[in-house]
Amino acid sequence: MIDVRDITKIYRLGSVEVPALRGVSFNIARGEVVAIMGQSGSGKSTLMNIIGCLDLPTSGEYYLDGQNVAALEEDQLAEVRNRKIGFVFQQFNLLPRLSVQRNAELPLAYDGNLSQREITRRSSEILRAVGLGERMHHRPTELSGGQQQRVAIARALINQPDLILADEPTGNLDSHTGAEIMNLLLGLNRDQGLTLVIVTHDPHIAAQTQRIIRLKDGLIEGDEAAPQTTTQAVSV
Amino acid sequence: MKLYRLLIEALESLNANKLRSILTVLGIVIGVAAVIAMLGIGRGAQASITSRIESMGTNLVYVTPGATSQGGVQSAAGSAGTLTLDDADALAELPNVSAVASVTNSFVQVVYSSNNTRTRLMGVTPGYQEVGSLTLEDGEFISEAAQNARSLVVVLGNQVAQDLFGSTAGVVGQKVRLNGQPYKVIGVLAAKGGTGFMNQDDQVFIPLSTALYRLVGGARFRGSSVISQITIKASDAKTVDQVVQEATRLMRERHETVEGADDFTITTQQDTLDAATQVSDTLTVFLGGIAGISLLVGGIGIMNIMLTTVTERTHEIGLRKAVGAKRQDILLQFLVESMVLSLLGGLIGVALGWGASQMMGQVQILGSSAITPVVGVDSILLATFFSMAVGLFFGIYPATRAARLQPVEALRYE
Repeated sequence: MIDVRDITKIYRLGSVEVPALRGVSFNIARGEVVAIMGQSGSGKSTLMNIIGCLDLPTSGEYYLDGQNVAALEEDQLAEVRNRKIGFVFQQFNLLPRLSVQRNAELPLAYDGNLSQREITRRSSEILRAVGLGERMHHRPTELSGGQQQRVAIARALINQPDLILADEPTGNLDSHTGAEIMNLLLGLNRDQGLTLVIVTHDPHIAAQTQRIIRLKDGLIEGDEAAPQTTTQAVSV
Repeated sequence: MKLYRLLIEALESLNANKLRSILTVLGIVIGVAAVIAMLGIGRGAQASITSRIESMGTNLVYVTPGATSQGGVQSAAGSAGTLTLDDADALAELPNVSAVASVTNSFVQVVYSSNNTRTRLMGVTPGYQEVGSLTLEDGEFISEAAQNARSLVVVLGNQVAQDLFGSTAGVVGQKVRLNGQPYKVIGVLAAKGGTGFMNQDDQVFIPLSTALYRLVGGARFRGSSVISQITIKASDAKTVDQVVQEATRLMRERHETVEGADDFTITTQQDTLDAATQVSDTLTVFLGGIAGISLLVGGIGIMNIMLTTVTERTHEIGLRKAVGAKRQDILLQFLVESMVLSLLGGLIGVALGWGASQMMGQVQILGSSAITPVVGVDSILLATFFSMAVGLFFGIYPATRAARLQPVEALRYE
């Protein structure tokens, strides 16, 4: 599913070159649940942006579903993001002006092939599935943090992507709500076989995944299976 | 993104910043309203001038004296005392014409009882009623008999009758004094309208012969009385050009002049109309241009607000791009927003401008009769189209800036 080959990312700050990634290679198979860990400055956000097709590597190759994404144009990348990737952010990133339902529908608005009726049907179905069937016409600001993250997850799921990228998905939530959100995400992997990549610095979160990739100073420091003992199997 | 969805999002976004949107729209409203009102007034003025000129009669050709030239010194046009009653008689013999002479270059004090007024004196031949399209409200116009007898009779303009008698009823048969001489009122003209020096209701008519021999006295040239204007009425609009040629040829023959050295000038009603139209066209363009500048200022207001909006919504743009928005989607989103602003302003502006020009139509300017503004469908379409173009033009730069944002950097922006 994800095939990253020796990618580097160098930022230029004036005349100074700051390497964020210095040659990273790994594979993630379809249906895997992987945590990317590392301290701030380790390059994990940069890696997340490249995997999510939000940014391009300075060198190296990145195959997503067999397609060399590193060679694509800006608008082609937008299409890949729209079709194959669902994002879940730490800050939720919901648009406050739009209703919950319209927020969840946002990726479909840029798809262009579906009728509004179909869009509404799908978003209603998914919002009910994440437990927000009663809240569809509310504004995001009227919802709790956990509920807002559920809206974000609904938005990530609406285009039936193969890959969910979650950047510190529980970072802004209390531990109880965070556990609920993790269960929701893990359930998606279990029930629908979605590939799940979670960027986190929280070992408890990482421990619930199948595999942990550790980054340090732009290089992979470790790539091992997560300790199975702490994996919790709590249903949504 | 589909168009109706773009429109809904644009309206929602404008609604979220109501005051700001209203103020921005106001800039366009004022611009468009000014354009509509100014064009309306310009057109109204043109229509009123045109109808006034046409009310003086159609198919008319005017012969006036040229300037005298003594030792190379030109004096004012019309000052040469070379146009005579004999010229008028000769011109009347041309095919397709009826010609009449008049003396117009004098003013006279008209007195009735304790009332008096100063007005323009017209010494005219009987045919003047026809060429001048004059309608009588009461009594009759100057007759051949009165002309031949040099009678002391006068026909009053409507305004003059009002000024002297307070009404137009019972005026016929009364005696008034022109420069001290007693004249009998034989007719009162129907009101024609008009303003200032063009006011056709503020003049009095007496027989040309009376004017030349009894009231004004007259210079003589080549054994005939000098007059100030000959008005020729062509049989119809098609023969006007032919009449002008014939009259010019005849006058050159009689006055022994050549082209370039004529001592007379021949103009047509069309010339006057063209000149007046040109003046009012210039006026309309000038007024419209000034109004257009305020529309431009409104457009700059839109651009300013759109730039602010783009900056404020950088994070939103990042998110939209992350979930699949292409450059074109973002571009359209902001373009539609700025065009909705300007179109809204345009529509309100059209309504306001129309209302304003109707109101101005009610106001009398400097005591003259009010202009009826003409707001045409074309100026409404023009203003609406132009306001949309303003929105498009001034929206392109902010929208392009939004579309060019990189998703990663935009998402990081707080």
